[in-house]
Amino acid sequence: MIRLEKVDKTYRTRRGDLVHAVADITLDVRENEFVTLVGPSGCGKSTLLKLVAGLVPASQGTIRVRDEVVRGPFPDVGFLFQHPVLLPWRTVFDNVMFSIEMLGLESRSYRARARELLSLTGLAGFDTKYPRELSGGMQQRVAICRALIHDPGLLLMDEPFGALDAMTREEMSLELLRIWEDRRKTIFFVTHSIPEAILLADRVVVMTPRPGRIARVLEIDLPRPRSVELEFDERFKAYSHAIRSDIFAPRTDREYATLA
Amino acid sequence: MPRSLSRFARDYLLPTGTLVAVLVLWEVAYRVFKIPRFIVPAPSAIIAETWEWRFRLVEHTWVTLYETLAGFGLSIAVGVPLAVLIVYSPVLRNALYPLIVVTQSVPKVAIAPVLLLVLGHGEASKLVVAFLVAFFPIVVDTATGLAATPEELLDLSRSYRTSQLKTFVKVRFPMALPFFFSGLKVAITLALIGAVVGEFVGSDKGLGYIILSATSYWKADLAFGAIFLLSLMAIILFALVALVERIVCPWYAAEQQQ
Repeated sequence: MIRLEKVDKTYRTRRGDLVHAVADITLDVRENEFVTLVGPSGCGKSTLLKLVAGLVPASQGTIRVRDEVVRGPFPDVGFLFQHPVLLPWRTVFDNVMFSIEMLGLESRSYRARARELLSLTGLAGFDTKYPRELSGGMQQRVAICRALIHDPGLLLMDEPFGALDAMTREEMSLELLRIWEDRRKTIFFVTHSIPEAILLADRVVVMTPRPGRIARVLEIDLPRPRSVELEFDERFKAYSHAIRSDIFAPRTDREYATLA
Repeated sequence: MPRSLSRFARDYLLPTGTLVAVLVLWEVAYRVFKIPRFIVPAPSAIIAETWEWRFRLVEHTWVTLYETLAGFGLSIAVGVPLAVLIVYSPVLRNALYPLIVVTQSVPKVAIAPVLLLVLGHGEASKLVVAFLVAFFPIVVDTATGLAATPEELLDLSRSYRTSQLKTFVKVRFPMALPFFFSGLKVAITLALIGAVVGEFVGSDKGLGYIILSATSYWKADLAFGAIFLLSLMAIILFALVALVERIVCPWYAAEQQQ
Protein backbone atom coordinates (compact mmCIF):
# COMPACT_ATOMS: atom_id res chain seq x y z
CA MET A 1 0.00 0.00 0.00
CA ILE A 2 2.69 2.48 1.03
CA ARG A 3 6.26 1.98 -0.05
CA LEU A 4 8.97 4.33 1.16
CA GLU A 5 12.40 3.96 -0.41
CA LYS A 6 15.42 5.70 1.04
CA VAL A 7 13.35 8.77 1.84
CA ASP A 8 15.22 11.79 3.09
CA LYS A 9 13.81 15.17 4.02
CA THR A 10 15.69 18.36 4.73
CA TYR A 11 13.82 21.63 5.00
CA ARG A 12 14.60 25.20 5.79
CA THR A 13 12.89 26.92 8.70
CA ARG A 14 11.60 30.48 8.42
CA ARG A 15 14.74 31.66 10.16
CA GLY A 16 16.76 30.02 7.44
CA ASP A 17 18.15 27.10 9.43
CA LEU A 18 18.41 23.75 7.69
CA VAL A 19 16.65 20.91 9.47
CA HIS A 20 17.40 17.32 8.57
CA ALA A 21 14.03 15.87 9.59
CA VAL A 22 14.16 12.25 8.44
CA ALA A 23 16.94 10.19 6.97
CA ASP A 24 17.05 7.03 4.92
CA ILE A 25 13.53 5.80 5.59
CA THR A 26 12.71 2.53 3.88
CA LEU A 27 9.41 0.97 4.84
CA ASP A 28 6.58 -1.06 3.38
CA VAL A 29 3.08 -0.78 4.76
CA ARG A 30 0.67 -3.49 3.69
CA GLU A 31 -2.93 -3.00 2.66
CA ASN A 32 -5.22 -2.73 5.72
CA GLU A 33 -2.28 -2.83 8.07
CA PHE A 34 -2.21 -0.79 11.27
CA VAL A 35 1.26 0.68 11.60
CA THR A 36 2.24 2.93 14.47
CA LEU A 37 5.21 5.21 14.46
CA VAL A 38 6.76 5.87 17.84
CA GLY A 39 9.68 8.04 18.82
CA PRO A 40 10.73 11.03 20.88
CA SER A 41 9.61 14.56 20.01
CA GLY A 42 11.36 15.98 17.00
CA CYS A 43 12.17 12.70 15.30
CA GLY A 44 10.33 13.74 12.16
CA LYS A 45 7.24 11.59 12.71
CA SER A 46 4.85 14.30 11.57
CA THR A 47 7.09 15.13 8.62
CA LEU A 48 6.88 11.51 7.56
CA LEU A 49 3.07 11.68 7.55
CA LYS A 50 3.13 14.83 5.44
CA LEU A 51 5.55 13.16 3.04
CA VAL A 52 3.24 10.18 2.61
CA ALA A 53 0.25 12.50 2.08
CA GLY A 54 2.18 14.38 -0.60
CA LEU A 55 1.84 17.64 1.31
CA VAL A 56 5.59 18.14 1.27
CA PRO A 57 8.02 16.76 -1.32
CA ALA A 58 10.82 14.39 -0.32
CA SER A 59 14.35 15.70 -0.72
CA GLN A 60 15.52 12.27 -1.78
CA GLY A 61 14.04 8.84 -2.34
CA THR A 62 10.60 7.86 -3.57
CA ILE A 63 7.25 7.33 -1.94
CA ARG A 64 4.67 5.13 -3.59
CA VAL A 65 1.07 4.71 -2.59
CA ARG A 66 -0.69 1.85 -4.38
CA ASP A 67 2.29 1.60 -6.76
CA GLU A 68 1.97 5.20 -7.81
CA VAL A 69 4.73 7.66 -7.04
CA VAL A 70 3.45 10.41 -4.77
CA ARG A 71 4.06 13.77 -6.42
CA GLY A 72 1.51 15.88 -4.62
CA PRO A 73 -1.58 15.68 -2.42
CA PHE A 74 -4.14 13.01 -3.30
CA PRO A 75 -7.65 12.78 -1.85
CA ASP A 76 -7.67 9.07 -0.97
CA VAL A 77 -6.52 9.92 2.58
CA GLY A 78 -8.26 10.72 5.81
CA PHE A 79 -6.49 12.88 8.37
CA LEU A 80 -6.69 12.95 12.11
CA PHE A 81 -4.67 15.51 14.01
CA GLN A 82 -3.82 16.05 17.66
CA HIS A 83 -6.61 18.63 17.83
CA PRO A 84 -10.00 17.96 16.29
CA VAL A 85 -9.89 21.30 14.37
CA LEU A 86 -13.62 21.28 13.71
CA LEU A 87 -15.34 24.32 12.25
CA PRO A 88 -17.09 26.01 15.18
CA TRP A 89 -19.89 27.48 13.02
CA ARG A 90 -20.93 24.08 11.70
CA THR A 91 -23.02 21.47 13.42
CA VAL A 92 -21.57 18.03 14.11
CA PHE A 93 -23.29 16.69 11.01
CA ASP A 94 -22.06 19.50 8.77
CA ASN A 95 -18.56 19.07 10.15
CA VAL A 96 -18.62 15.44 9.03
CA MET A 97 -19.89 16.54 5.61
CA PHE A 98 -17.06 19.07 5.37
CA SER A 99 -14.81 16.51 3.65
CA ILE A 100 -17.49 15.79 1.05
CA GLU A 101 -17.97 19.47 0.28
CA MET A 102 -14.26 20.20 0.06
CA LEU A 103 -13.78 17.20 -2.22
CA GLY A 104 -16.57 18.53 -4.43
CA LEU A 105 -18.64 15.34 -4.10
CA GLU A 106 -22.42 15.11 -4.23
CA SER A 107 -23.54 15.71 -0.61
CA ARG A 108 -26.84 13.93 -0.99
CA SER A 109 -25.28 10.55 -1.59
CA TYR A 110 -23.20 10.77 1.62
CA ARG A 111 -25.82 11.88 4.14
CA ALA A 112 -26.85 8.37 5.12
CA ARG A 113 -23.22 7.39 5.49
CA ALA A 114 -22.56 10.39 7.73
CA ARG A 115 -25.42 9.32 10.04
CA GLU A 116 -24.14 5.76 10.04
CA LEU A 117 -20.63 6.89 11.01
CA LEU A 118 -22.01 9.12 13.75
CA SER A 119 -23.87 6.22 15.30
CA LEU A 120 -20.84 3.95 14.83
CA THR A 121 -18.78 6.41 16.90
CA GLY A 122 -21.50 6.78 19.52
CA LEU A 123 -22.60 10.22 18.39
CA ALA A 124 -26.12 9.37 17.26
CA GLY A 125 -28.44 12.18 18.31
CA PHE A 126 -25.65 14.76 18.37
CA ASP A 127 -26.04 15.73 14.67
CA THR A 128 -27.35 19.20 15.36
CA LYS A 129 -25.02 20.03 18.26
CA TYR A 130 -22.12 22.41 17.82
CA PRO A 131 -18.50 21.43 18.57
CA ARG A 132 -18.38 23.69 21.66
CA GLU A 133 -21.18 21.63 23.19
CA LEU A 134 -19.08 18.46 23.05
CA SER A 135 -16.21 17.19 25.19
CA GLY A 136 -12.71 16.89 23.72
CA GLY A 137 -13.12 13.15 23.19
CA MET A 138 -16.45 13.58 21.43
CA GLN A 139 -15.00 16.30 19.21
CA GLN A 140 -12.24 13.92 18.21
CA ARG A 141 -14.89 11.31 17.34
CA VAL A 142 -16.47 13.85 15.00
CA ALA A 143 -13.04 14.34 13.46
CA ILE A 144 -12.82 10.55 12.98
CA CYS A 145 -16.14 10.61 11.12
CA ARG A 146 -14.89 13.50 8.99
CA ALA A 147 -11.79 11.46 8.15
CA LEU A 148 -13.82 8.38 7.22
CA ILE A 149 -16.80 9.86 5.36
CA HIS A 150 -15.25 9.71 1.89
CA ASP A 151 -14.07 6.16 2.56
CA PRO A 152 -10.35 6.76 2.01
CA GLY A 153 -7.99 3.81 1.62
CA LEU A 154 -5.41 5.40 3.88
CA LEU A 155 -5.74 7.03 7.28
CA LEU A 156 -2.97 9.27 8.52
CA MET A 157 -3.09 10.04 12.21
CA ASP A 158 -0.80 12.49 13.95
CA GLU A 159 -0.98 11.88 17.70
CA PRO A 160 -4.77 11.99 17.50
CA PHE A 161 -5.32 11.25 21.19
CA GLY A 162 -2.34 13.20 22.49
CA ALA A 163 -4.43 16.11 23.76
CA LEU A 164 -6.92 13.96 25.64
CA ASP A 165 -6.78 12.92 29.28
CA ALA A 166 -5.41 9.45 30.00
CA MET A 167 -8.77 7.76 30.52
CA THR A 168 -10.44 9.21 27.44
CA ARG A 169 -7.30 8.39 25.53
CA GLU A 170 -7.50 4.70 26.38
CA GLU A 171 -11.19 4.62 25.56
CA MET A 172 -10.59 6.29 22.20
CA SER A 173 -7.80 3.87 21.31
CA LEU A 174 -10.11 0.92 21.83
CA GLU A 175 -12.85 2.74 19.96
CA LEU A 176 -10.53 3.27 17.01
CA LEU A 177 -9.61 -0.43 17.03
CA ARG A 178 -13.28 -1.36 17.04
CA ILE A 179 -13.99 0.92 14.05
CA TRP A 180 -10.94 -0.36 12.24
CA GLU A 181 -11.93 -3.99 12.79
CA ASP A 182 -15.37 -3.12 11.45
CA ARG A 183 -14.06 -1.47 8.30
CA ARG A 184 -10.43 -2.21 7.57
CA LYS A 185 -8.15 0.51 6.28
CA THR A 186 -4.45 1.11 6.11
CA ILE A 187 -3.58 3.23 9.11
CA PHE A 188 -0.36 5.11 9.65
CA PHE A 189 -0.48 6.33 13.22
CA VAL A 190 2.04 8.61 14.91
CA THR A 191 2.32 8.64 18.69
CA HIS A 192 4.85 9.23 21.42
CA SER A 193 3.11 6.83 23.76
CA ILE A 194 4.77 3.43 23.72
CA PRO A 195 1.81 1.50 25.24
CA GLU A 196 -0.55 3.12 22.74
CA ALA A 197 1.78 2.19 19.88
CA ILE A 198 1.82 -1.47 20.95
CA LEU A 199 -1.86 -1.73 21.81
CA LEU A 200 -2.98 -0.54 18.38
CA ALA A 201 -0.44 -1.86 15.95
CA ASP A 202 0.25 -4.78 13.72
CA ARG A 203 3.75 -3.35 13.49
CA VAL A 204 5.49 -0.62 15.46
CA VAL A 205 8.10 1.50 13.71
CA VAL A 206 10.55 2.85 16.26
CA MET A 207 12.35 6.05 15.35
CA THR A 208 15.45 7.76 16.72
CA PRO A 209 15.84 11.51 17.26
CA ARG A 210 16.72 14.00 14.57
CA PRO A 211 17.36 13.18 11.89
CA GLY A 212 14.65 10.57 12.32
CA ARG A 213 15.80 7.13 11.32
CA ILE A 214 14.10 3.80 11.69
CA ALA A 215 15.70 2.04 14.65
CA ARG A 216 13.57 -1.07 14.47
CA VAL A 217 10.34 -2.41 13.05
CA LEU A 218 8.56 -4.61 15.54
CA GLU A 219 5.88 -7.14 14.62
CA ILE A 220 3.30 -7.13 17.39
CA ASP A 221 2.13 -10.66 17.81
CA LEU A 222 -0.80 -10.14 20.14
CA PRO A 223 -4.32 -11.47 19.61
CA ARG A 224 -7.13 -9.22 18.42
CA PRO A 225 -9.55 -7.86 19.48
CA ARG A 226 -7.28 -6.24 22.01
CA SER A 227 -8.02 -4.72 25.36
CA VAL A 228 -6.06 -2.64 27.85
CA GLU A 229 -5.64 -5.82 29.94
CA LEU A 230 -2.93 -6.75 27.47
CA GLU A 231 -0.63 -4.26 29.12
CA PHE A 232 -0.08 -6.82 31.88
CA ASP A 233 0.80 -9.50 29.35
CA GLU A 234 4.46 -10.56 29.42
CA ARG A 235 4.83 -10.15 25.66
CA PHE A 236 3.46 -6.62 25.90
CA LYS A 237 6.04 -5.80 28.56
CA ALA A 238 8.79 -7.28 26.44
CA TYR A 239 7.78 -5.18 23.42
CA SER A 240 7.61 -2.13 25.58
CA HIS A 241 11.06 -2.80 26.96
CA ALA A 242 12.53 -3.36 23.50
CA ILE A 243 11.09 -0.08 22.19
CA ARG A 244 12.25 1.84 25.23
CA SER A 245 15.80 0.62 24.88
CA ASP A 246 15.79 1.45 21.15
CA ILE A 247 14.70 5.00 21.80
CA PHE A 248 16.80 5.75 24.83
CA ALA A 249 19.96 3.70 24.32
CA PRO A 250 21.50 5.85 21.57
CA ARG A 251 20.80 8.96 23.58
CA THR A 252 22.54 7.67 26.70
CA ASP A 253 25.50 6.60 24.55
CA ARG A 254 25.76 10.12 23.25
CA GLU A 255 25.39 11.57 26.71
CA TYR A 256 28.25 9.42 27.93
CA ALA A 257 30.25 10.59 24.93
CA THR A 258 29.72 14.23 25.76
CA LEU A 259 30.59 13.58 29.39
CA ALA A 260 33.85 11.87 28.51
CA MET B 1 -36.61 34.53 38.54
CA PRO B 2 -34.97 36.23 41.53
CA ARG B 3 -31.58 35.31 40.13
CA SER B 4 -32.23 36.83 36.71
CA LEU B 5 -33.74 39.82 38.49
CA SER B 6 -30.58 40.34 40.53
CA ARG B 7 -28.54 39.99 37.34
CA PHE B 8 -30.75 42.59 35.67
CA ALA B 9 -30.16 44.89 38.65
CA ARG B 10 -26.41 44.32 38.46
CA ASP B 11 -26.11 44.78 34.69
CA TYR B 12 -28.56 47.62 34.05
CA LEU B 13 -29.99 49.24 37.17
CA LEU B 14 -26.68 49.76 38.91
CA PRO B 15 -24.90 51.67 36.11
CA THR B 16 -28.07 53.63 35.26
CA GLY B 17 -28.49 54.54 38.90
CA THR B 18 -24.88 55.69 39.09
CA LEU B 19 -25.37 57.88 36.04
CA VAL B 20 -28.50 59.46 37.48
CA ALA B 21 -26.70 60.06 40.80
CA VAL B 22 -23.81 61.79 38.99
CA LEU B 23 -26.23 64.03 37.09
CA VAL B 24 -28.08 64.95 40.28
CA LEU B 25 -24.81 65.71 42.07
CA TRP B 26 -23.74 67.84 39.11
CA GLU B 27 -26.98 69.80 39.18
CA VAL B 28 -26.71 70.32 42.95
CA ALA B 29 -23.05 71.38 42.74
CA TYR B 30 -23.94 73.84 39.98
CA ARG B 31 -26.58 75.47 42.15
CA VAL B 32 -24.70 75.36 45.45
CA PHE B 33 -21.34 76.66 44.13
CA LYS B 34 -22.96 79.00 41.59
CA ILE B 35 -20.70 77.86 38.73
CA PRO B 36 -20.92 80.30 35.79
CA ARG B 37 -23.12 78.90 33.03
CA PHE B 38 -20.53 79.49 30.28
CA ILE B 39 -17.97 77.30 32.05
CA VAL B 40 -19.97 74.25 33.09
CA PRO B 41 -23.71 74.40 32.53
CA ALA B 42 -26.20 72.44 34.63
CA PRO B 43 -27.68 69.25 33.18
CA SER B 44 -31.10 70.92 33.18
CA ALA B 45 -29.75 73.82 31.09
CA ILE B 46 -28.06 71.40 28.66
CA ILE B 47 -31.30 69.50 28.19
CA ALA B 48 -33.27 72.71 27.70
CA GLU B 49 -30.80 74.12 25.18
CA THR B 50 -30.55 70.83 23.27
CA TRP B 51 -34.32 70.69 23.03
CA GLU B 52 -34.44 74.28 21.83
CA TRP B 53 -31.94 73.46 19.05
CA ARG B 54 -33.34 70.00 18.30
CA PHE B 55 -34.12 70.50 14.59
CA ARG B 56 -30.77 72.07 13.76
CA LEU B 57 -28.96 69.46 15.87
CA VAL B 58 -30.66 66.61 14.05
CA GLU B 59 -29.48 68.03 10.71
CA HIS B 60 -25.91 68.29 11.95
CA THR B 61 -26.08 64.85 13.50
CA TRP B 62 -27.00 63.42 10.11
CA VAL B 63 -23.98 65.07 8.52
CA THR B 64 -21.57 63.62 11.09
CA LEU B 65 -23.28 60.23 10.88
CA TYR B 66 -22.97 60.22 7.11
CA GLU B 67 -19.27 61.13 7.22
CA THR B 68 -18.61 58.47 9.84
CA LEU B 69 -20.48 55.68 8.05
CA ALA B 70 -19.05 56.56 4.63
CA GLY B 71 -15.51 56.63 6.04
CA PHE B 72 -16.18 53.36 7.87
CA GLY B 73 -17.61 51.75 4.73
CA LEU B 74 -14.63 52.88 2.70
CA SER B 75 -12.24 51.49 5.29
CA ILE B 76 -13.93 48.07 5.04
CA ALA B 77 -13.92 48.21 1.25
CA VAL B 78 -10.19 48.98 1.21
CA GLY B 79 -9.09 47.22 4.41
CA VAL B 80 -10.44 43.71 3.78
CA PRO B 81 -8.95 43.25 0.27
CA LEU B 82 -5.68 44.68 1.58
CA ALA B 83 -5.68 42.15 4.44
CA VAL B 84 -6.31 39.31 1.96
CA LEU B 85 -3.43 40.47 -0.25
CA ILE B 86 -1.10 40.72 2.73
CA VAL B 87 -1.93 37.22 3.94
CA TYR B 88 -1.79 35.51 0.56
CA SER B 89 1.27 37.16 -0.92
CA PRO B 90 4.54 37.32 1.02
CA VAL B 91 5.89 39.83 -1.53
CA LEU B 92 2.95 42.17 -1.02
CA ARG B 93 3.19 41.69 2.73
CA ASN B 94 6.79 42.86 2.70
CA ALA B 95 5.94 45.67 0.30
CA LEU B 96 2.77 46.97 1.93
CA TYR B 97 2.91 46.26 5.63
CA PRO B 98 5.67 48.75 6.51
CA LEU B 99 3.84 51.44 4.53
CA ILE B 100 0.57 50.76 6.34
CA VAL B 101 2.34 51.02 9.67
CA VAL B 102 3.97 54.28 8.55
CA THR B 103 0.60 55.77 7.59
CA GLN B 104 -0.51 54.94 11.11
CA SER B 105 2.38 56.74 12.73
CA VAL B 106 1.38 60.00 11.04
CA PRO B 107 -1.00 61.81 13.42
CA LYS B 108 -4.28 62.17 11.56
CA VAL B 109 -5.00 65.49 13.23
CA ALA B 110 -1.81 66.78 11.64
CA ILE B 111 -2.73 65.78 8.10
CA ALA B 112 -6.36 66.83 8.36
CA PRO B 113 -5.61 70.46 7.35
CA VAL B 114 -3.66 69.23 4.33
CA LEU B 115 -6.53 66.95 3.34
CA LEU B 116 -8.87 69.92 3.59
CA LEU B 117 -6.59 71.84 1.28
CA VAL B 118 -6.76 69.04 -1.27
CA LEU B 119 -10.38 67.93 -0.91
CA GLY B 120 -12.06 71.16 0.13
CA HIS B 121 -14.30 72.01 3.04
CA GLY B 122 -17.05 69.58 2.06
CA GLU B 123 -17.88 66.17 3.46
CA ALA B 124 -15.26 64.37 1.35
CA SER B 125 -12.36 65.57 3.47
CA LYS B 126 -14.04 64.40 6.71
CA LEU B 127 -14.88 61.08 5.17
CA VAL B 128 -11.24 60.59 4.21
CA VAL B 129 -9.99 61.44 7.71
CA ALA B 130 -12.51 58.95 9.12
CA PHE B 131 -11.32 56.36 6.62
CA LEU B 132 -7.65 56.93 7.44
CA VAL B 133 -8.09 56.29 11.15
CA ALA B 134 -10.55 53.41 10.73
CA PHE B 135 -8.88 51.25 8.11
CA PHE B 136 -5.81 50.30 10.13
CA PRO B 137 -7.49 48.12 12.78
CA ILE B 138 -9.57 46.50 10.04
CA VAL B 139 -6.51 45.56 8.00
CA VAL B 140 -4.51 44.35 10.98
CA ASP B 141 -7.28 42.36 12.64
CA THR B 142 -8.57 40.80 9.43
CA ALA B 143 -5.05 39.83 8.40
CA THR B 144 -4.41 38.33 11.83
CA GLY B 145 -7.67 36.38 11.59
CA LEU B 146 -6.90 35.06 8.11
CA ALA B 147 -3.46 33.98 9.25
CA ALA B 148 -4.86 32.28 12.34
CA THR B 149 -6.52 29.43 10.44
CA PRO B 150 -5.12 26.20 11.94
CA GLU B 151 -2.39 24.72 9.77
CA GLU B 152 -4.16 21.34 9.95
CA LEU B 153 -7.26 22.65 8.21
CA LEU B 154 -5.13 24.07 5.42
CA ASP B 155 -3.35 20.72 5.10
CA LEU B 156 -6.73 19.02 4.95
CA SER B 157 -7.90 21.34 2.17
CA ARG B 158 -4.70 20.83 0.25
CA SER B 159 -4.91 17.08 0.55
CA TYR B 160 -8.51 17.22 -0.76
CA ARG B 161 -7.18 19.35 -3.61
CA THR B 162 -9.71 22.05 -2.80
CA SER B 163 -9.25 25.32 -4.69
CA GLN B 164 -7.81 28.31 -2.85
CA LEU B 165 -11.01 30.24 -3.43
CA LYS B 166 -13.19 27.52 -1.92
CA THR B 167 -10.85 27.15 1.04
CA PHE B 168 -11.05 30.90 1.53
CA VAL B 169 -14.84 30.99 1.38
CA LYS B 170 -15.48 27.86 3.46
CA VAL B 171 -12.64 27.97 5.97
CA ARG B 172 -10.38 30.97 6.15
CA PHE B 173 -12.87 33.81 5.90
CA PRO B 174 -15.42 32.44 8.40
CA MET B 175 -12.49 31.59 10.70
CA ALA B 176 -11.34 35.22 10.49
CA LEU B 177 -14.79 36.74 11.12
CA PRO B 178 -14.44 37.20 14.91
CA PHE B 179 -11.14 39.01 14.32
CA PHE B 180 -12.72 41.08 11.55
CA PHE B 181 -15.50 42.14 13.89
CA SER B 182 -13.16 43.09 16.70
CA GLY B 183 -11.42 45.30 14.13
CA LEU B 184 -14.79 46.77 13.11
CA LYS B 185 -15.65 47.63 16.70
CA VAL B 186 -12.47 49.64 17.08
CA ALA B 187 -12.86 51.12 13.60
CA ILE B 188 -16.40 52.43 14.04
CA THR B 189 -15.42 54.39 17.14
CA LEU B 190 -12.29 55.72 15.42
CA ALA B 191 -14.25 56.68 12.30
CA LEU B 192 -16.50 58.91 14.38
CA ILE B 193 -13.48 60.55 16.00
CA GLY B 194 -11.96 61.05 12.54
CA ALA B 195 -15.10 62.71 11.22
CA VAL B 196 -15.24 65.10 14.19
CA VAL B 197 -11.54 65.92 13.85
CA GLY B 198 -12.16 66.73 10.19
CA GLU B 199 -15.03 69.01 11.18
CA PHE B 200 -12.88 70.77 13.76
CA VAL B 201 -10.30 71.64 11.17
CA GLY B 202 -12.73 73.35 8.90
CA SER B 203 -16.41 72.94 8.10
CA ASP B 204 -19.78 74.59 8.40
CA LYS B 205 -21.71 71.42 9.16
CA GLY B 206 -21.71 68.53 11.60
CA LEU B 207 -21.61 68.16 15.37
CA GLY B 208 -17.90 68.98 15.47
CA TYR B 209 -18.70 72.30 13.86
CA ILE B 210 -21.50 72.89 16.41
CA ILE B 211 -19.13 72.25 19.32
CA LEU B 212 -16.54 74.62 17.87
CA SER B 213 -18.93 77.45 17.06
CA ALA B 214 -20.96 77.06 20.27
CA THR B 215 -17.85 77.36 22.44
CA SER B 216 -16.68 80.41 20.51
CA TYR B 217 -20.01 82.07 21.41
CA TRP B 218 -19.68 80.92 25.05
CA LYS B 219 -22.67 78.65 24.59
CA ALA B 220 -21.30 75.77 26.67
CA ASP B 221 -24.74 74.22 27.14
CA LEU B 222 -25.15 73.71 23.39
CA ALA B 223 -21.62 72.33 23.11
CA PHE B 224 -22.38 69.83 25.87
CA GLY B 225 -25.58 68.86 24.07
CA ALA B 226 -23.61 68.15 20.90
CA ILE B 227 -21.05 66.14 22.88
CA PHE B 228 -23.88 64.13 24.39
CA LEU B 229 -25.28 63.42 20.91
CA LEU B 230 -21.83 62.34 19.70
CA SER B 231 -21.45 59.92 22.60
CA LEU B 232 -24.91 58.56 21.97
CA MET B 233 -24.04 58.06 18.31
CA ALA B 234 -20.81 56.26 19.23
CA ILE B 235 -22.64 53.94 21.62
CA ILE B 236 -25.40 53.14 19.12
CA LEU B 237 -22.96 52.52 16.26
CA PHE B 238 -20.82 50.26 18.44
CA ALA B 239 -23.89 48.35 19.61
CA LEU B 240 -25.03 47.91 16.02
CA VAL B 241 -21.68 46.41 15.01
CA ALA B 242 -21.84 44.11 18.04
CA LEU B 243 -25.36 43.11 17.05
CA VAL B 244 -24.33 42.28 13.49
CA GLU B 245 -21.46 40.25 14.92
CA ARG B 246 -23.89 38.22 17.00
CA ILE B 247 -26.06 37.57 13.97
CA VAL B 248 -23.19 36.72 11.62
CA CYS B 249 -21.10 34.61 13.99
CA PRO B 250 -23.38 33.33 16.75
CA TRP B 251 -20.94 30.51 17.50
CA TYR B 252 -18.36 33.03 18.64
CA ALA B 253 -20.72 34.81 21.03
CA ALA B 254 -21.68 31.42 22.46
CA GLU B 255 -18.03 30.48 22.94
CA GLN B 256 -17.34 33.77 24.69
CA GLN B 257 -20.12 33.10 27.16
CA GLN B 258 -18.72 29.72 28.17
